[in-house]
Amino acid sequence: MLQVGPVTLGADPVRTLIHECGIWTLRLLWLTLLITPLRELTGLNDLQRLRRMLGLFAFFYALLHMTAWLWLDQGLDGAVIVSEVIKRPYLALGMTAVLLMVPLAVTSTNAMMRRLRKRWIALHRLVYVIALLGIWHFWWQVKKDIREPLVYALLLALLLGYRVVKAVVLRRAKARSALARAPGKTAAPAL
Amino acid sequence: MSRPYGPHILPSDITPETIFMDRRRVLAQGLAGALWGAATPLAAWSAESAADRYKAARNARYSVTDTPNSYEEITGYNNFYEFGTDKSDPAANSRNFKPSPWNVTIDGECEVKGSFALEDLLSPQTLEERVYRMRCVEAWSMVIPWVGFPLAELLKRYKPTSKAKYVAFTTLNDPKQMPGQRDRVLDWPYVEGLRMDEAMHPLTLLAVGVYGKVLPNQNGAPLRLVVPWKYGFKGIKSIVRISFVEQQPRTSWSHSAPNEYGFYANVNPAVDHPRWSQASERHIGGGLLAKRQATLPFNGYGAEVASLYQGMDLRRYF
Repeated sequence: MLQVGPVTLGADPVRTLIHECGIWTLRLLWLTLLITPLRELTGLNDLQRLRRMLGLFAFFYALLHMTAWLWLDQGLDGAVIVSEVIKRPYLALGMTAVLLMVPLAVTSTNAMMRRLRKRWIALHRLVYVIALLGIWHFWWQVKKDIREPLVYALLLALLLGYRVVKAVVLRRAKARSALARAPGKTAAPAL
Repeated sequence: MSRPYGPHILPSDITPETIFMDRRRVLAQGLAGALWGAATPLAAWSAESAADRYKAARNARYSVTDTPNSYEEITGYNNFYEFGTDKSDPAANSRNFKPSPWNVTIDGECEVKGSFALEDLLSPQTLEERVYRMRCVEAWSMVIPWVGFPLAELLKRYKPTSKAKYVAFTTLNDPKQMPGQRDRVLDWPYVEGLRMDEAMHPLTLLAVGVYGKVLPNQNGAPLRLVVPWKYGFKGIKSIVRISFVEQQPRTSWSHSAPNEYGFYANVNPAVDHPRWSQASERHIGGGLLAKRQATLPFNGYGAEVASLYQGMDLRRYF
């Protein structure tokens, strides 16, 4: 049993480490996704300053999670790693998610935001894909008890659902205001 | 070494483990009555601790020479979903489980049937210690010093008929004692089975103890199966029924995911689980930097059991 003071990694420390780093990647990613809804619903705009830090922490834990698997579990055996990632869909999903996080991390600076402008917003929408890949990766490696990934999946559904609802509401509002600015052009009823 | 705090406690002051584990019943019965009764757990007041009741000679022929895992690892890292699905759940949640009194029903295609008390099942058996490798389908492994007796020795006493082609086992179904059974993560009760020749094989063990001590609840007290050349989920725990049957019986993991877990479940590095490789395993106790070990066909027991599967396509019959 690997134990340092009150912290224990248990009888299978490699597995525990990989799992803990992975779970924290998901938690931090979900917290990153929580910022916008929280900010818009409470009006606390200062929350925005946390978002980049949380996102980068999620990336950091994703790297730890992947490194633990590559090094401690697979012993950096290149041939086995490649063959495993190709053969096991859940590994391919995880790898893809981490790879997609790289351009987001690299373009997380203020300078990059200024340089990319609108393209930055489009690029960073990848976070939704990353989150979906992450939860899928988790779900497919669970042996039988899907309750833990189910909780994270439901939370993600709420976080993404917020964006969906917002998009629908905004589209309706735009259409309504377009109608208002062009009186007489249409006799359509109020939406 | 100086003792930093507390009074000095003599080893003879320590309450014997069985008394401690059974203390509520002991107190309820009352010390006076129990001191006279020989058939109560207080018989453990005798010289040796009853926790070491199952100290038995090691059967070297069927034991591996690998270093066994520690008692803490063996009793603290378990898959026993009847008590929860985390590895630490069985130890934490099985404290109120009562492995005594225990009866086992033996029935099916045999001449001698009935429900038998565990003591009666054990009394004619000679217990022996066997150090076995244990390989979980999740790709981790341990080495465990079981105490038990060959299943064949038990089965012979019930005179299976020629119709008996398989042996089916059932675990207790009692959600009050086994809180994990309130969740339908598997269909309860847990069931398992072996082909007759596998059941009669000298390696197949019914275990009642580990490290010379009585089997802890989280390891499948009071009676569990150990089939070392198969994945650990074949080692059904807390057995209440053994039946001789004609048809291949249902087995819980295969029933829950037929494309992932088979009836035979022989350890085989050449046949992967659909979602992960079986070519290597992590040995528990190896530490953070320990490398994975190559998995051996039949978990290293090929010389003893490969002949049982001659001519069988082990990729098909996984």
